[in-house]
Amino acid sequence: MAMLTVENLEVYYGVIKALKGISFEVREGEVIALIGANGAGKTTILHTVTGLLPAKSGSISFCGEELTKTPAHKIVSMGMAHVPEGRRIFQELTVLDNLKLGAFTRRDKEEINESLEKVYQRFERLKERKSQIAGTLSGGEQQMLALGRALMSRPKIILMDEPSMGLSPLYVSEIFHIIQEISQAGTTVLLVEQNAKKALSIADRAYVLETGKIVLSGDAKELMKDDSVKKAYLGEG
Amino acid sequence: MKKVITKRNIMVALLVIAVYAALFFLVNMKVLNRHYRSLLAPVGINVILAVSLNLTVGFLGELNLGHGGFMSIGAYAGCLFTIYTDLPLAIQFPLALIIGGAVAAIFGILIGIPALRLQGDYLAIVTLAFGEIVRSVLTNMKVTGGAGGLKGIGKSTNYTIVYIVAIITILIISNLVKSRHGRGICSIRDNIIASESLGVNVIFHKLLAFVVAAFFAGMAGVLYGQNLGILKPDAFDFNKSIEILVMVVLGGMGNLTGSVIAAVVITLLPEILRGFSDYRMLAYAIVLITMMIWNANPRFAMVKNNVYSWLHRKRGNAR
Repeated sequence: MAMLTVENLEVYYGVIKALKGISFEVREGEVIALIGANGAGKTTILHTVTGLLPAKSGSISFCGEELTKTPAHKIVSMGMAHVPEGRRIFQELTVLDNLKLGAFTRRDKEEINESLEKVYQRFERLKERKSQIAGTLSGGEQQMLALGRALMSRPKIILMDEPSMGLSPLYVSEIFHIIQEISQAGTTVLLVEQNAKKALSIADRAYVLETGKIVLSGDAKELMKDDSVKKAYLGEG
Repeated sequence: MKKVITKRNIMVALLVIAVYAALFFLVNMKVLNRHYRSLLAPVGINVILAVSLNLTVGFLGELNLGHGGFMSIGAYAGCLFTIYTDLPLAIQFPLALIIGGAVAAIFGILIGIPALRLQGDYLAIVTLAFGEIVRSVLTNMKVTGGAGGLKGIGKSTNYTIVYIVAIITILIISNLVKSRHGRGICSIRDNIIASESLGVNVIFHKLLAFVVAAFFAGMAGVLYGQNLGILKPDAFDFNKSIEILVMVVLGGMGNLTGSVIAAVVITLLPEILRGFSDYRMLAYAIVLITMMIWNANPRFAMVKNNVYSWLHRKRGNAR
């Protein structure tokens, strides 16, 4: 059963057609990578799925419910978390407040504290710095915070937009390692990345986007061997 | 359940009582002359205004130039109520406060729903226009007494009542910003896309901040009217809104303690400097500019932060 199904999705920015009929599906437990160059529409897809952008036509169904007409703040409580591009943590709030905001749609205080402990276990650095102002963290730590914040909503699926952007190679490896852990813990992952090599290495399946259309899709390991993918995204061939 | 009786809360309660006792002593022992005694209520009213405006400007991060407008709506609504009803004072006065606040809050919703689709400068212009429209409507209506002002309001407030209302305002707003909804409001200021994607209902939380701020501005208006005994539309012009904004900016946006201090200083400063008569406004301007420069100076911010963290540590130990 597909957890998230997107069919013939079309999105416009004014008169410009950003997505020209996108269809893909994400099954429970999978790690799916969406790869493509700048301006291919990767971020637009995530923003439309999470309700930040309106769809012109097409459908998005998540666990059997239609999302295109659902407001953004309701989508989160259905079990979908979004780690936006460029981290977008709350710079002037403390680490703890950032994490608590991740659980904004939840009301069960005890369980929120449990999730908080889990996040602290996974990201020990965040625990050390819980009362520090988030804007003073390093780039890598901010990305950890953004991930931890998304996990606080106890999502069924987590949508990540360029988690490796602007990070040192060491942090990039760590982030991808954590994404694998999150997936193994049972959360479905939809990953948008420019770092195609890394993304394909941890994904089950992948979709390749070009100027608003999906041009290739299939098993991630096989796509890695595909000549056109190698040439365009992996800097080989 | 959170514990209500903590050491910290007891300390705060003791401080509140101590400040009041000091005021009571100063007033009753005639240490303060008549002139300074008459300033106590305006100081408290300005504290309420600054703290409530800080909710929209400091915590929500939206520039609001129409706080004087909400204040005047509350003032007229509450004071008209006291003029046209004949209830015992103990019932009438609290009712007037609530009615003033509620009417201002209703206008907060009415103006908020269309205005909060706008952001930044555009919202500032709309709130500015709102304040001016309210003023000219009040000037041209019969029931409000027009430009001559609304007369015959019973002077039924004193510094004690203003003090109590100010404390209640500070308590409610400081608890609101620390609550879940408060975190939602602050998250909108810091990053609207992230807060939307975390499930914060942006429209609702913007409106919440706006309406709560308008409510307390309305209450401050009622106190203002009941203190002076007369309301004139001109008292709530653009300058009033700017004066409140200056208090918020000087005290530090998103800093309630700062708002309280700035409100006290800015209300008292022109009066303390009265002795210099001619140079009074000059000195006022210089103090403002110096504070602005200091606030923008990282070294001053560091000193301030150190003082705050020192205070926090003290509090932490007390716990």
